[in-house]
Amino acid sequence: MKAIVTVVGKDRVGIIASVCTKLAAYNVNVLDISQTVMQGYFTMMMAVEISQCNIPVAELAKQMEKAGQEMGLSIHVQREDIFQAMHRV
Amino acid sequence: MLNQKDILETQAMIEKQHLDIRTITMGISLLDCCDPDLKTCCDKIYRKITRCAKDLVKVGNDIEAEFGIPIVNKRISVTPIALVAGSCETDSYVEIAKTLDAAAKTCGVNFIGGFSALVQKGATTGDWKLIRSIPAAMAATERVCASVNVGSTKAGINMDAVAEMGRIIKQTAEATKDDGCMGCAKLVVFANAVEDNPFMAGAFHGVGEPECVLNVGVSGPGVVHHALQKVKGQPFDVVAETIKKTAFQVTRMGQLVGVEASRRLGVPFGIVDLSLAPTPAVGDSVARILEEIGLEVCGTHGTTAALAMLNDAVKKGGVMASNHVGGLSGAFIPVSEDEGMIAAAERGTLVIDKLEAMTCVCSVGLDMIAVPGNTSAATISAIIADEAAIGMVNTKTTAVRIIPALGKDVGDRVELGGLLGSAPVMSVHSEGSEAFVARGGRIPAPLQSLKN
Repeated sequence: MKAIVTVVGKDRVGIIASVCTKLAAYNVNVLDISQTVMQGYFTMMMAVEISQCNIPVAELAKQMEKAGQEMGLSIHVQREDIFQAMHRV
Repeated sequence: MLNQKDILETQAMIEKQHLDIRTITMGISLLDCCDPDLKTCCDKIYRKITRCAKDLVKVGNDIEAEFGIPIVNKRISVTPIALVAGSCETDSYVEIAKTLDAAAKTCGVNFIGGFSALVQKGATTGDWKLIRSIPAAMAATERVCASVNVGSTKAGINMDAVAEMGRIIKQTAEATKDDGCMGCAKLVVFANAVEDNPFMAGAFHGVGEPECVLNVGVSGPGVVHHALQKVKGQPFDVVAETIKKTAFQVTRMGQLVGVEASRRLGVPFGIVDLSLAPTPAVGDSVARILEEIGLEVCGTHGTTAALAMLNDAVKKGGVMASNHVGGLSGAFIPVSEDEGMIAAAERGTLVIDKLEAMTCVCSVGLDMIAVPGNTSAATISAIIADEAAIGMVNTKTTAVRIIPALGKDVGDRVELGGLLGSAPVMSVHSEGSEAFVARGGRIPAPLQSLKN
């Protein structure tokens, strides 16, 4: 089962490192990353594998959102299906 | 692999344009709860609902968190109570309404629909008992919704029931007057009511439905409005196409959530209702879509045509996105629940007569409209009859959910709170319809009914 993690916020040192560390702690494997910085705003999207995640997916989404708030970032974890459903026939 | 644009577009729809799943509604059959003893019947009803729907809210919340899409309401619809309680040895079904209310509270759902009777051709003793229990039931409960089907294309219009419903609506307003006449916001009078509608207040679980089923209602006026802002000044072909594409995306979301929820709950997936349901929030209004199409204010000349196009495009876009489509499917125009409709009504541009014309081309009917408190029962019945006639002749569902605002007059507002919003009191014609309503009997089914 895959999920999409989106991270948006003011660019600074260590965003990728701290997000990946957090995900690793929940046993979430990063499959793909794409990231850009637009006018000082950091935007990252990650495809992650959540089948082996050690907490329920709903809880993972809550924990990552909370971690994001502490770092001044907006972090969303959403099951990949929702994007596939909307954008692929 | 998904591209960034798609991901960001979906997130913008959810966060900025109010995209949500409006409701997941579990339909539960109560036909096995019939019992001559009222108390036993109530016990069976309570046990069945709380057993079937015990995980509904939790599953809804889990899906909401995992997919990052808000599921605003989790609700329950049940078999029309007039059928279930028909064999009870009692004169009043208020105790059953209280039981439904208690079951809804236990399950954590905000509304339960099905305190209903289907009397399009005639009413049984049980149907009359239910109808006459409505005012007290609405006053004694918080989450129970009532509906009565008074007409259909096949049967015509039961004018005795129409006359009675005018009085019942007035009595319900009186019984709940300390609560802003709230009871009337939970009472719908239908023609051609559908059996799989997930939306309140008119939801009930029809007799042709399975034991237990999950139906989904989607929403997304804000998303359609946003999409139309990008095609300003372009011809209607482009407008319709834009709405179709957006409706497709919105409905796919509903289909996904419905299938996932039904899998987790272990109940069959019923239908997606292809709806455009507004809320009182700014940026979530159907009226504002019509204005974006080019009307200065919703309700002015051109509104009916714009709404007809919108309604049709929503269906065309949505129908391919779901494997089963049903319910009411179309754009809703509940006045009190739509920020743009409220503004247009307060300005005096949107009036009841125009709303009636609009109901000919869109989902449902005169919805969440407040009228002066001194409006007579006969006038309310006549409004119901007009609306039922539109439904009957056009083979579509129509409904009336009207609130006689006791002690208030044109220019005042009724505050209902939450998703029900606030209703500006609209004027009705002062000329009477008493003799028309007093005739009673049945308006014969139209020629369209003879299709066999």
